[in-house]
Amino acid sequence: MNARLRWRKFVSNFMLTMTGVCALVSVAVLFFILGYLVYHGGASINWDFFTKLPAPVGESGGGMANAILGSAKLLLLATLFGVPIGFFGAIYLAEFSGSKVAFVVRYAADLLNGVPSIVIGIFAYGVAVQPFKHFSTFAGGFALGVMMIPITLRSTEQFLLGVPRTLREGAMALGASKWKTIATVVVPAAYRGILTAVLLAFARVAGETAPLLFTALGNRFWSNGWNEPTASLPVMIYNYALSPFEDWHRQAWAAGLVLLGLILVINIVARAILARGISVPRA
Amino acid sequence: MATTSTTVPSAGPFLGSRSFLARLREGDEIARLVTLLFAASVVLITLLIVYELWQGSVLPRHKFGFAFLRTSVWDPNFDNFGALPFIFGTVVTSAVALFIAVPLGIGAAIFLAELAPARLSDALEFFIDLLAAVPSVIYGLLGIFIVVPVMRDVIQPALKNTLGFIPLFKGPAFGIGFLTAGIVLAIMVIPYIISVSREILLSVPRDQREAALALGSTRWESTWKVVVPFARTGIMGSIFLALARALGETMAVTMVIGNTPAIAASLFSPGDSIASVIANQFTEATGELYTQSLIELGLVLFLLTFILNGLARVLILVTSQRGSAHA
Amino acid sequence: MHASVRPAVSVNITPPVITGASRETAAPSEMRMTISKVNFWYGAKQTLFDISLGIATSKVTALIGPSGCGKSTLLRTLDRMHETVRNSRLEGQILLDGKNILDQDVTLLRRRVGMVFQRPNPFPKSIFENVAYGLRINGSKLPMGDAVEKSLRHAALWDEVKDHLHKSAYELSGGQQQRLCIARALAVEPEVLLLDEPCSALDPISTAKIEELLVQLKDLCTIVTVTHNMQQAARISDFTAFLLTGQLIEFSPTPQLFTKPTDARTEAYITGRFG
Repeated sequence: MNARLRWRKFVSNFMLTMTGVCALVSVAVLFFILGYLVYHGGASINWDFFTKLPAPVGESGGGMANAILGSAKLLLLATLFGVPIGFFGAIYLAEFSGSKVAFVVRYAADLLNGVPSIVIGIFAYGVAVQPFKHFSTFAGGFALGVMMIPITLRSTEQFLLGVPRTLREGAMALGASKWKTIATVVVPAAYRGILTAVLLAFARVAGETAPLLFTALGNRFWSNGWNEPTASLPVMIYNYALSPFEDWHRQAWAAGLVLLGLILVINIVARAILARGISVPRA
Repeated sequence: MATTSTTVPSAGPFLGSRSFLARLREGDEIARLVTLLFAASVVLITLLIVYELWQGSVLPRHKFGFAFLRTSVWDPNFDNFGALPFIFGTVVTSAVALFIAVPLGIGAAIFLAELAPARLSDALEFFIDLLAAVPSVIYGLLGIFIVVPVMRDVIQPALKNTLGFIPLFKGPAFGIGFLTAGIVLAIMVIPYIISVSREILLSVPRDQREAALALGSTRWESTWKVVVPFARTGIMGSIFLALARALGETMAVTMVIGNTPAIAASLFSPGDSIASVIANQFTEATGELYTQSLIELGLVLFLLTFILNGLARVLILVTSQRGSAHA
Repeated sequence: MHASVRPAVSVNITPPVITGASRETAAPSEMRMTISKVNFWYGAKQTLFDISLGIATSKVTALIGPSGCGKSTLLRTLDRMHETVRNSRLEGQILLDGKNILDQDVTLLRRRVGMVFQRPNPFPKSIFENVAYGLRINGSKLPMGDAVEKSLRHAALWDEVKDHLHKSAYELSGGQQQRLCIARALAVEPEVLLLDEPCSALDPISTAKIEELLVQLKDLCTIVTVTHNMQQAARISDFTAFLLTGQLIEFSPTPQLFTKPTDARTEAYITGRFG
């Protein structure tokens, strides 16, 4: 009996320790990734990386200035397209809709959220590349924008629903119409949450590669306007990593560090905003 | 006496019973219609995706029918397209990923939910969330330059020497291949399993735990025999969610799987997955049938993830409701 | 002090139904609102039964009763805030200056009938913007410094906040926040001010300030307040209505209700035997 109890206690302690090891290993991966990127990429980041065009195939040197600008343009388009749909859609869900319509919209958004990014790429190719017969910055931004919609929509809705009823009542009791209540009280009260939602959606698509492969494609030079194919950081990483050139590998690491740094910083900022609470104190 | 009665319909919160015209004048009706337009566009885009995939794959669907899914030949030169090698690759890599990620992820989730002090648990969860935010191309980058050499020089030879009698671990060690892709996928989906499972475990009511402990269970016994079974459905949900991610994952897999359509018994063999073949061949596909066959692969992938995500959502919902109803 | 006030309505178990012509002949200038035969349902559950009572102009009317008696619901029907709840249904008639509020535009109605809630609910804006809110949504483009100052003075908050009008309203104490909410309601110059247990979230000192304030505000507008604190009703109101399980049990001038209640249930309540 005593031996059995000792055995049970041993098993308990052993298994609990193992769960700790699991947690440690899982979290360690993050630091491992970061460490490796800093180690390999840090040495390769220089002024040229940010200011120069890629060197001709096989030559050393050059940078990714066009990819950095390309990513910025793609993300700008994505935000302009995805955020309004997500934001206003969320307002409809949280403030106006009946339960049936809301169910359909939420279902569609969740479905959209689960669509593999490569499939989004096919879709964007079908509607924004094929009809115009050429790859473009516009098509890439559209693909990323589609991916931003469900994230923005669902989290914004949650934050709007979190605004206390008493605030809405306060505005309505003063004779504010419904949309004025929303515009002047509900949205301002939830703005931190909404900002977080948008930032997280932005960070999520900032590193997306698959939807860009056959929409924005890639470009070894500057991309003029919005109708030409454009380089982007994630696609550059992909191409350079698979290339046979040592110097390109080096630059892939550098690009990886820049990209991951950007994404992690946005994530941390977003979470810091949220940690300060949405601006309405809960009673 | 004159008596009026107003009834507030169940149409929506805060709609009130003002006349349509009054609401129009106040701008409410306009705001409702405008936001409805945006909300409807979400549904529209989703439907449009299905339509594009369906319309875009007319040719191969008519030419091959269901044989598309059963044929293992992928020969663009002779216009023969079968999805089997890619389905095989997707399934095998995802299976390897789950084989590794499930025990690790659930173990970590148990630690975070049951053992770690709240502050440590939150801090670790923060890192896990960051891990989930790492883009897949970065995993691919580390996959090629770190995992592949280690696999080729250390792990695959070791497996061959010890478990080489099993067909799974036979063949030359390329470094790339199903096993490597599976391992990279595992690393990628672990954060999802941990996050969702942790939430689910935390929603298990206290009294379940306390009852088990009061009966003289050790801490592990109360966790493993009471808490985990209570959360079983939700944990299954988290696994399905991870599986759906793994199936649709493109970049990291494309970078380490080897890009060779193959059905092989050995995990060391290079292969191809649905997502990776689309990524690799879509822009260079010549001819309608070729392109459309790739789109049909996209359709297959869409349906797979659609089903898995749906199942996952139901399972997670069922468990969290049971937990909260109980608490 | 209230003894000299001649009550416009003095009723016991069944208050008089004052409508239309009879209202005008009875007390045309003294009755700001008249509630007659109001029944109210949340879904299938009826929470108000045949309530009739009059709200005297420039007086404080208190609604008292144990929790769940329907006093807050009744109050909310007076500016139709009940409509924010799904599946609610109201039958009966509520007149404001002789016109049925149920037939009026609800936003216009709410500008005439202000409301202060149980918990202070300032908007996440500056003190100034909170008070100016009602004016702004009414489209006022004028500089509103004067109006804001006037309202804050009425709410006895001016001296405490005049130097930091542009600080967030959330930096105020609970009692100050509630007075800010009163100032916010006053800024649109309502004819009637409804208060739903305005002191329930406040400490005794803040409560005293608000009670004092309400008595002073009588000159500015008609006040209806819900409270479950009988002492408060006794201190500040001119008329008191006692409700129990959705029915109006007794409605009298306050001194009379608290000293010579006519209904046994009122007596039981005010002497603390239930509720």
